[in-house]
Amino acid sequence: MEKEIIKIENIRRDFTVGSETVHALRGVSFAIRSGEFVTIMGTSGSGKSTMLNILGCLDTPTSGEYYLDGISVRTMGKNDRATLRNRKIGFVFQNYNLLPKTTALENVELPLLYNRAYTARQRREKAEQALVEVGLAERIHHRSNQMSGGQQQRVAIARALVNDPVILLADEATGNLDTRTSFEILTLFQRLHAEGRTIIFVTHNPELAQFSSRNITLRDGRVVSDTANEAIRSAREVLETLPREND
Amino acid sequence: MNYKNLVRIALRALNNNKFRGFLTMLGIIIGVASVIAMLAIGQGSKRSIRAQISEMGSNMIMIHPKFDRGGGVRLSASDMQSLKFSDYQAILNETTWVAAVSPSVNASGQAIYGANNTPTTVYGVSPEYLDIRKYEVGQGELFTDNDIRTAAKVCVVGQSVVDELFTNGENPLGKTIRFDKIPLRIIGVLTPKGYNSMGQDQDDLILAPYTTVQKRMLAITYLQGIYCSALSEELTDQAVQELTDILRRTHKITGMADDDFEIRSQEELSSMLSSTTEMMTVLLACIAGISLLVGGIGIMNIMYVSVTERTREIGLRMSIGVKGRHILFQFLIEAVIISVLGGVIGVLLGIGASAAIKYFAGWPVYVQAYSVILSFAVCTVTGIFFGWYPAQKASRLDPIEAIRYE
Repeated sequence: MEKEIIKIENIRRDFTVGSETVHALRGVSFAIRSGEFVTIMGTSGSGKSTMLNILGCLDTPTSGEYYLDGISVRTMGKNDRATLRNRKIGFVFQNYNLLPKTTALENVELPLLYNRAYTARQRREKAEQALVEVGLAERIHHRSNQMSGGQQQRVAIARALVNDPVILLADEATGNLDTRTSFEILTLFQRLHAEGRTIIFVTHNPELAQFSSRNITLRDGRVVSDTANEAIRSAREVLETLPREND
Repeated sequence: MNYKNLVRIALRALNNNKFRGFLTMLGIIIGVASVIAMLAIGQGSKRSIRAQISEMGSNMIMIHPKFDRGGGVRLSASDMQSLKFSDYQAILNETTWVAAVSPSVNASGQAIYGANNTPTTVYGVSPEYLDIRKYEVGQGELFTDNDIRTAAKVCVVGQSVVDELFTNGENPLGKTIRFDKIPLRIIGVLTPKGYNSMGQDQDDLILAPYTTVQKRMLAITYLQGIYCSALSEELTDQAVQELTDILRRTHKITGMADDDFEIRSQEELSSMLSSTTEMMTVLLACIAGISLLVGGIGIMNIMYVSVTERTREIGLRMSIGVKGRHILFQFLIEAVIISVLGGVIGVLLGIGASAAIKYFAGWPVYVQAYSVILSFAVCTVTGIFFGWYPAQKASRLDPIEAIRYE
């Protein structure tokens, strides 16, 4: 049995908007084990963004428990959660969020700049290694504005991997990309999964469910389905059926 | 987190926005440069006034009889008879802080040579007078103690008098001029000193033994004034005190009674003049300080815009685990780098501008180390002060909202 990376127990999250209380999450429980590739799906308003914020330690639940890698997050202060994010979590966003006019290498080095444990040389080595891993060995010194969307997202993934996180959190990571590039990125995620990474992919696109090992669907702040995917489709194969570009 | 990294991050951010950084800096640059240039002008004029005063003899002390405030007909200072030759002797014998003493009596009138004449003043003095007033004999020689004893009819003339009387380039040495009815043989000519800061011609004078002026011209026995020089400019106050004590004793003035003499030092004149320039310096510094303040507000404005513009970047940094206080430091360091770099450029520009003013306008300019240090410190503080608010705003952003900010 693999180790539980994430364990949430009856999580609720309420927001107060004006005088009304909005229940974004109404008691959600699940556990994610090391090496899983989970998609969390749901339409807008289903609570998946709130879920992502809580899983990413950006937000804390109103009630319920959240253990990340065995650490209880709910009672942690802002600064402790920041450190936790720096050491344990890798974020990939829909709009890449690279620093403008900054090279790929510098972008990837960024999380390590805020970690005393690394020297300048180690930072550089780790960042180069992460860029090689996502297939950007040739573009280490390109600036973010000189790269295509797919390349930028690869840099973002490298940045998420550079601190060896226990979990990779992707928020609509293919949302801004064309079909072909989306499958390229998905192929990359599947490869990382095959290498043993734990990935949570938050999306509203049900199509993506067939590429992950497990699907959790949220609706109105509750889990409505949580199923293991027995027949995982290979994104690489789909990619090969797609027509080549520049036809 | 180490601070070297924070500085590196701040530098990268500035590097990405060079032009805007420069524009922000411009406010500080102009502020600092104007502070330095203004203080340099103020200080320069103060120094030039001091230099002019010391040309006149900065350690000079003048003693004159004082107005009798007792009512009745008031006499002019030169008609008061309270200063005696014995006072001069007492000072000469007793003083410790005074370097040189000279009696002074003067007579105004017409100097005549051949067909030329000019209105001027004969100063009856002792040879020490030249040391006190910083005069030098250029040609010929000075009258001697023997000339004083015999009330010799000799004189030393200033260049202006020479120019007026010897129009055809004759050598004045050995020639005899007349001052009113008294013939005086010229034995020396003073080295020209030009005009002083008050616009007086310092070369329009004749120096003669004081006994000659007393006995042959004015027919008086008292002195109109006594000129002294303190051992040094700094010792002027002690010398004035000592002279006061000596004269009060010889004049038998005791207790609360007012002095019947007046002692003035150049110190008073110089402090009066420098208080004027000091006020000007303060005024200039105020104007410059305001421009520095405006520069600081410029920093705040740009940093504020920059925080809003980089909300997503801040959100990203927070999501990868940057703490609020590191965001605060990053923006604060950016502000300080802008202001310090602006300060450095401003200092150089200020020094350059001061040199240019000196070169082109010919104004006396003097850049002081303290004004450089002061404006530098002020602009660093300005950076921190005006950078604080925007930096704090950045550090308090909610990462969830910031990361999705459009």
